[in-house]
Amino acid sequence: MLTDKKIQRRKISISGIVQGVGFRPFIFNLALKNNLSGFVLNNRLGVEVEAEGEVKSLDSFILSIKNTSPPLSDIDNIQVTEIGLKGEGDFRIVETKTDSENETTLISPDYNVCPDCLRELFDPKDRRFEYPFINCTNCGPRYTIIEGTPYDRSLTSMKGFEMCEECSTEYKSPIDRRFHAQPNACQVCGPSLFLLDKDGKKLRSIDPISEAVSQLKTGKILAIKGIGGYHLVCDAANEEAVSALRERKYRKNKPLAIMSPDIETIERYASAAERERRIIIGRERPIVLVNKLSRNNIAPSVAPHNRYFGVMLPYTPIHYLLFSVGNGGYKRPFHFEALVMTSGNVANEPISFNDGEALERLGGIADYFLVHNREIVWRCDDSVIQVIKPSGKGEEIVSIIRRSRGFVPSPIFIKNTSHPLLACGGDLKNTFALADKNRVFLGPHIGDLEHSQAYYSFQQSIEHYKKIFRIEPEYIVVDKHPGYFSSRYGREYGRRFNKPVIEVQHHHAHIASVMAEHGLDGEVIGLAMDGTGYGDDDTIWGGEVLGVSYPSFTRLGHIKPIPLPGGDMAAKEPWRVATAILYRLYGEDLCKAHPRFAERIGEKRIAPIIAILKGGINSPLSSGLGRYFDAAASLLGIEDYNTFEGEAPIKLEMIADIKEGRIFKYGIEKNGEINLDPMVRELIEWGAMKQNIASASAIFHNTISAALVDSCQDVRREYGLNRVCLSGGVFQNRFLLTKIISSLESCSFSVFTPVKTPMNDGGIALGEAVVALNRVKEKNR
Amino acid sequence: MGNSKFITRAHGGGGTASAELIRDYFLPAYGNSILNQLGDQAIINFEGGRLAFTTDSYVVDPIFFPGGNIGGLAIFGTVNDIAMAGARPIALSVGFILHEGFPLGDLKKILDSMAEAAKRANVEIVTGDTKVVSGCSDQIYINTSGIGIVPEYANISPTNIRQGDKIILSGTIGDHGIAVLTERKELRFESRIESDTAPLYGLVKAMLDVEQGIRMMRDPTRGGVASTLNEVATAANLGIVIDEKMIPIREDVKSVCEILGLDPLQVANEGKLIAFVPAESADRVLEAMKVVPEGTNAAVIGEVTKEHPTIVEMKTSFIGSRIVEMMVGDQLPRIC
Repeated sequence: MLTDKKIQRRKISISGIVQGVGFRPFIFNLALKNNLSGFVLNNRLGVEVEAEGEVKSLDSFILSIKNTSPPLSDIDNIQVTEIGLKGEGDFRIVETKTDSENETTLISPDYNVCPDCLRELFDPKDRRFEYPFINCTNCGPRYTIIEGTPYDRSLTSMKGFEMCEECSTEYKSPIDRRFHAQPNACQVCGPSLFLLDKDGKKLRSIDPISEAVSQLKTGKILAIKGIGGYHLVCDAANEEAVSALRERKYRKNKPLAIMSPDIETIERYASAAERERRIIIGRERPIVLVNKLSRNNIAPSVAPHNRYFGVMLPYTPIHYLLFSVGNGGYKRPFHFEALVMTSGNVANEPISFNDGEALERLGGIADYFLVHNREIVWRCDDSVIQVIKPSGKGEEIVSIIRRSRGFVPSPIFIKNTSHPLLACGGDLKNTFALADKNRVFLGPHIGDLEHSQAYYSFQQSIEHYKKIFRIEPEYIVVDKHPGYFSSRYGREYGRRFNKPVIEVQHHHAHIASVMAEHGLDGEVIGLAMDGTGYGDDDTIWGGEVLGVSYPSFTRLGHIKPIPLPGGDMAAKEPWRVATAILYRLYGEDLCKAHPRFAERIGEKRIAPIIAILKGGINSPLSSGLGRYFDAAASLLGIEDYNTFEGEAPIKLEMIADIKEGRIFKYGIEKNGEINLDPMVRELIEWGAMKQNIASASAIFHNTISAALVDSCQDVRREYGLNRVCLSGGVFQNRFLLTKIISSLESCSFSVFTPVKTPMNDGGIALGEAVVALNRVKEKNR
Repeated sequence: MGNSKFITRAHGGGGTASAELIRDYFLPAYGNSILNQLGDQAIINFEGGRLAFTTDSYVVDPIFFPGGNIGGLAIFGTVNDIAMAGARPIALSVGFILHEGFPLGDLKKILDSMAEAAKRANVEIVTGDTKVVSGCSDQIYINTSGIGIVPEYANISPTNIRQGDKIILSGTIGDHGIAVLTERKELRFESRIESDTAPLYGLVKAMLDVEQGIRMMRDPTRGGVASTLNEVATAANLGIVIDEKMIPIREDVKSVCEILGLDPLQVANEGKLIAFVPAESADRVLEAMKVVPEGTNAAVIGEVTKEHPTIVEMKTSFIGSRIVEMMVGDQLPRIC
């Protein structure tokens, strides 16, 4: 309660992302402006202010905190209480207070260079002219350099660099943009760049950046240390260089991300719609998938068999310098139209971020290393986003494929409050989640946990999150899959620390995640479409029509299962799934039914697969819709192998004739089973006769969409549910997603898709967390 | 499997479900200082010496397979468990559970092969028992128990393992599991893969003759090399790093595994052992193994590390390194 005295003192507690983002100087200046005395300090809750002065000034002060807070800040909550007067006469910034409260401070993600720093970077008169580590409280590295909280230079990888006098003055001056900018540095006192040859020997070049630019121009491949890890970089217009990079990295076909100096340059080779433009230029600087222009100067092997380029803009001073060093400004002509910027790793391993490890692992790929001595404490991959535009009234939909740099470690806020818990997530595009109160902290993209480096990173990142957010989990949540590395870790963790372990079904988590993002209560229809998730009946699921509430779900329908001859091998080799379907439809004479297929694969390789199917050896049943996409790609002769996840389905999608409107036959059984066999029969006939493949692919997509919409109609009739949540990796297929959203909306369904977390398994940890917290709540009731 | 209220096949598969059954049911019921060590055999102090004692039941299907049958397997399996303590097997018991209607002709074949196996393993069958139950007429189950004498110097236990120790595998992996599987399912491949079933005491003796300080030995049967290495890593609380290209495997076994989508590291072996030896004596032990028929293809496949305790890691040819896990029941798809 506030009294009606004319002079008051108020304690203002601000939580949210308010540390390391220039909040205290902002408060300091605001207090001076409003003629207030008191102090401001950082604590583990966020920022604490005590301000004393006239009531009118205090009101205006608090309003300005809400409305004009610094660009990188994100206020979650402001609490104001009146306290006794102290009358100290001035306003001070008090050094960070360490208290023992077990509270969480939010930490800012790593953001793009701000306009002020960019201007200084290219201003020959500025003392940080062309200094590759320029930053201020409005931009620069955060999460990736933090060793612990509170956010203070001594707990970052800047701790070894003692500030020179000038930097120190800036750091101490409350009116300076660099006041308490923890990574503040300049060429005199801060980190520096080096160019190394592939054996790690330092090259004595005058300017490492200029030398790097020259090497890139001659077609060399460089490993460049960035914010969250190493990139492998080459000139994206140089086909020879790009092919060499692919060969050395063992990356055959998967598209490579490219970086261009500005949005105008991107638009020379790709078309970005308004929403895509906004995301591309956003401070998070994700990779955005945009349509290729048919005529472009980008090397063909950057993104073969794909309609899109994955593009991004520079985000560290090093990137900006690569494009414009020596130009006397950030301006044309830039040194490159586009640079390939792909994760610095071999094949499927996680991105390298540690210098020694990078030299060892990337030595066989890169010709040179552009490195620096500011340690990356935490690995953080580039984020990836695409934008979908359904036809009709629907709005553009943002769909995150990978949520990492620029977003991590900002929490997702949920409606309910949670006990502290750890959700271990999926196995292949793993992200974990640590939840407490109304906040779910999703971890960075970690990748396939079967890879030991990824697994260790998973273990270490969980410990790091526990430490920096001060959350000690009381419950451990795991996917039901008995063989997931993440689940085994969680079960072991529960056993070791004597914490209850809660199992959540994979597709339940997928849908609960969407519900939590949109704050939906009650029951919804969930369409969870992916490749593999462990089902309640101990078979593999992945084509699920579910009735979902937070604590539980019912399987109301599903895609008819197919046996997967060779288990995971079938996911890598779509022709195996094609064989399994052919065998179901035509028995041992399957080669006669599809001679083109038989000829291409070879009867000698098909025979043992038939034997495996007959004997039921390692042929688990799967209702995964993703496997039908694999099978269709193979039956139509488009692709028989996945050298990366989703390769065959992506090729199938890319080839589809968008204008084709027909559908194939399908059936929905009484028990809700969606029988796609009639469709597959027709597909086989088209494939066998080599009829228009582009039409066949489109009709396949149309049929899947129609069958799923039909299934939702059945559920609505029976249960009266009208809200549909879509999730699962299959919906990363833009053609299918656009189609199904349009159809569902035209049937008056309300449709929800994930927008803050990925559709794929990178988003399930959030769902695991909310399902678990609701189960705990129910149990405690 | 976590919440099953009944026994499933996975509980007998030698993987994590089996381990859970032992941990949650058997040990609480009658655990003791010897049983709790969960060795392949029990070591009992007896009148100044030490006896190795073990038991195992054989339920293989089919009972006849390329390279052997259930009889030989029942002898070799048990003598090998004794030999893994460095002990010389001396006597076996045999218990049969026969199904009504089982052909006597088949029984004769099985007994002959048991006699031959016992002779080859230099051990005598000294006591036995037979029961007949009704059920499917082509089934036979055999239990064998055995004792052996542990030499005074031998001290074989996972707790002896040290960082830097080398890991030796005595020969090619997966032969037995693939032989049985292809026979059971009538899979026909170009070459016929035979079970590797063999007695290992001769090999063990040759190894101990050149290095009395062998730290640990195991025969990677059910669950394969993957399960054995994981069990040892957990028991020793140390990490293990192996190198894929050093692991002996027959080309035909490899290609059958690829077709079946099985990880050869998780496929059963019946005449192989894995030994942990001090780094400085690895060459010597390897040399001694190579002159014994059961060890001609022996190789150093990896070493023990301090980093990442309990984790088994494998360097692969070009995709970095992956974690080698114990088998969970059947191998299940994981890829989305």
